[in-house]
Amino acid sequence: MAGDLYRKPIMFAVVATVVILIGTVATMFYPMLTAEMHPKLENLKPFTALQLAGRDIYQREGCVNCHTQTVRPLKTEVLRYGEYSKAGEFAYDRPFLWGSKRTGPDLARVGGKYPDAWHYRHMENPQSMFAQSNMPAYAFLKEAKLDAAETEAHMKALSFPYQKEEIDALGAKTEMDAVVAYLQVIGTAVKKAVAPAEAQAGGIKGSHIPNPLAGKAEAIARGKELYSRDCASCHGADAKGSIGPSLVDDEFLYIKGDLPDDDYFEVVNNGTTEGFIEDGRAEKGGMPPFKDSLQKDDIWSIVSYLRSLKGR
Amino acid sequence: MSDYQYDNQTVKGFIVSSIFWGVVGILVGLLISVQMWKPEMNFPPLFTFGRLRTVHTNILAFGLGVGAIFGLSYYILMRLVKRPLLFPKLARVQLYLFNVGILLGGVTLLLGMTQSLEYAEFEWPIDIAIVILWVMFAVNVFGTIIKRREEQMYISLWYIIATVIAVAVLYIVNNLSIPASLTKSYHLFAGVNSANVEWWYGHNAVGFVFTTPILAMFYYFLPKSTGIPIFSHRLSIIAFWSLVFAYLWTGAHHLIYTPLPDWIQTLGIVFTLFLIAPSWGSVINGYYTVGSDWSKMQTNYLTKFFLMGITFYGLQTVQGPTQGLRVVSQLIHYTDWVPGHVHMGTMGWVTMTTAASIYYVIPKIYNTEIYSEKVANIHFWFVLIGQLLFSITMWITGIQQGALWKAVNPDGSLKYTFLETLTRNYPFWQMRTVAGLIFTVGMLFFIYNVYMTMRKGKALASTTA
Repeated sequence: MAGDLYRKPIMFAVVATVVILIGTVATMFYPMLTAEMHPKLENLKPFTALQLAGRDIYQREGCVNCHTQTVRPLKTEVLRYGEYSKAGEFAYDRPFLWGSKRTGPDLARVGGKYPDAWHYRHMENPQSMFAQSNMPAYAFLKEAKLDAAETEAHMKALSFPYQKEEIDALGAKTEMDAVVAYLQVIGTAVKKAVAPAEAQAGGIKGSHIPNPLAGKAEAIARGKELYSRDCASCHGADAKGSIGPSLVDDEFLYIKGDLPDDDYFEVVNNGTTEGFIEDGRAEKGGMPPFKDSLQKDDIWSIVSYLRSLKGR
Repeated sequence: MSDYQYDNQTVKGFIVSSIFWGVVGILVGLLISVQMWKPEMNFPPLFTFGRLRTVHTNILAFGLGVGAIFGLSYYILMRLVKRPLLFPKLARVQLYLFNVGILLGGVTLLLGMTQSLEYAEFEWPIDIAIVILWVMFAVNVFGTIIKRREEQMYISLWYIIATVIAVAVLYIVNNLSIPASLTKSYHLFAGVNSANVEWWYGHNAVGFVFTTPILAMFYYFLPKSTGIPIFSHRLSIIAFWSLVFAYLWTGAHHLIYTPLPDWIQTLGIVFTLFLIAPSWGSVINGYYTVGSDWSKMQTNYLTKFFLMGITFYGLQTVQGPTQGLRVVSQLIHYTDWVPGHVHMGTMGWVTMTTAASIYYVIPKIYNTEIYSEKVANIHFWFVLIGQLLFSITMWITGIQQGALWKAVNPDGSLKYTFLETLTRNYPFWQMRTVAGLIFTVGMLFFIYNVYMTMRKGKALASTTA
């Protein structure tokens, strides 16, 4: 009987179709009907016109071929990139852009990690900030103007809400503006945890503790090495500032006068968050945290090195 | 024989077209392999890695792969049903549309028109062209089989039928999108659902483009070349049904540790492991077939191509399920290990088997012998060494990358910056380019041999006419 199947092509095709559809229904079609495949975080917002234009360019340039957008719940991955990805973050992602290869770093938490200026410089010429990087230069995006009508059509296709003024404003923007706007919103529906600062440095709130490695030649040398690796691309090789502020002038960290050692430590450790009040001063934001890629002594070494530049 | 003549032209047309697209795809592959370690080799806006990588994968999968599948499936089909194609003119139109479609596909990807879905990057107008092509193929396959002159359907026909059905379902569903303009659309599915549909498609594009039609070639051309019948018909029945059943469950192994619901990931892993059995069913059948007369390895130059091809298929289908395990995935996922794995399948199994099938078909069509077995042997060794060097280099790089990303200091902080983990790849990526070059030289020997055989055949035809 079963042997007949191989003499009846139509019957064979029907049986083959059914066999193929079982796994299809179980793992692809059935889940689609359940709520767990359509989660949405409360504070997740649809893309603005500028962000969507940026996302379109991100797709066009094939950024997804080298950059993933999903942090796995693995210890070192959370350390390197930030909070692991949640299902509810991607409700407006058509298609998803999780990617499958990390030739460059994951971008799931890149939103708000660096100031805009960092992205403009990096996209234009990645090697100017990281000499050994293999990322192509995207300077041409600076010259290309956005097509407002096209973006409006895309917003309509996706049924995203927008204001007329928002579309009108696109005409004056470049593709680079759009990409940076998109990068800055990726992963921001999940709030960053702000660690209590003093605890990180090993001190007690309200008091200050000194740098245990202050003035030590070995620490200064180590600090210099780390500075050129992690800090120079933003603060300049001489620490006189570029994207980030000068670290050797009197305006440093937007206050006059000396900065206590452990506040210095904190800024490197936690980064800065716009509007966050620390020791009575409001931070401007823009500094990424280094607590997960530098050891405590490394950070103290950098502080020692920077102090040695000023001689105090 | 004369009523086969017209159809042979179409078969030949598909083979020549697929070789042409193969050359394009391989050259793009060489360029992007250099861009990995030499960013100055990017020429924006058109020729950056981000755009060219999709040109490389799509031109090879759809141009070389599907082109060869169309041509060789028609060749196999006609012989197994003992009649010419039911709609020979339709097949000819299909050949022209195929080439126009691949050309437009490649150009639009270069222009950045992409759906950003891996192996489904073509925008919706190209998708429609591909669906039309596929319907043409299906009409000819089913029409010819129904009007067949041989009652029993041989194994290869089962695999061709399964390919026609599965690719149609997969391609249409995953490419459902919301068109925003002629050159831009958005996936109908969003977020985790988009991911699940895409990888249900993506993994099965591997299953039903790089596996089932290639098995159809293997089951037909291995016995034809060697004169040895397939070892076990019963084993091939079990392997067939369990393969086409299990494949569709496994896509989620591409999404391990992502926000996709955990049960779908686990189910994907379980069926991925199960898939070893049907895959090895074909491997065992291949080995035992040749095993009944090992002297064929010496006396027939094609035997080693098929045996090496099925060996890589066997390795591929053990390595794949291993990678699907969470404990392995967390180390090698997102690293260069994965391209190493893919290229063992494409350069080892698919290209080796397809090239051997073409070596068998071209002399048959021209009623002559292969131009040079010696050149074929040189081709064999070059592609084998090139592919092994490629894959092994990438596996080492992948393990290194994964390990460096995870390395921590005694206090638990990360040991390496991302850039430090990147720069360590450069020597391996340079080696990969060398491996690609060796493989390309091998393919040039292949093309030369095919070209010379065709020339010889033409000369023969004109003297006898």
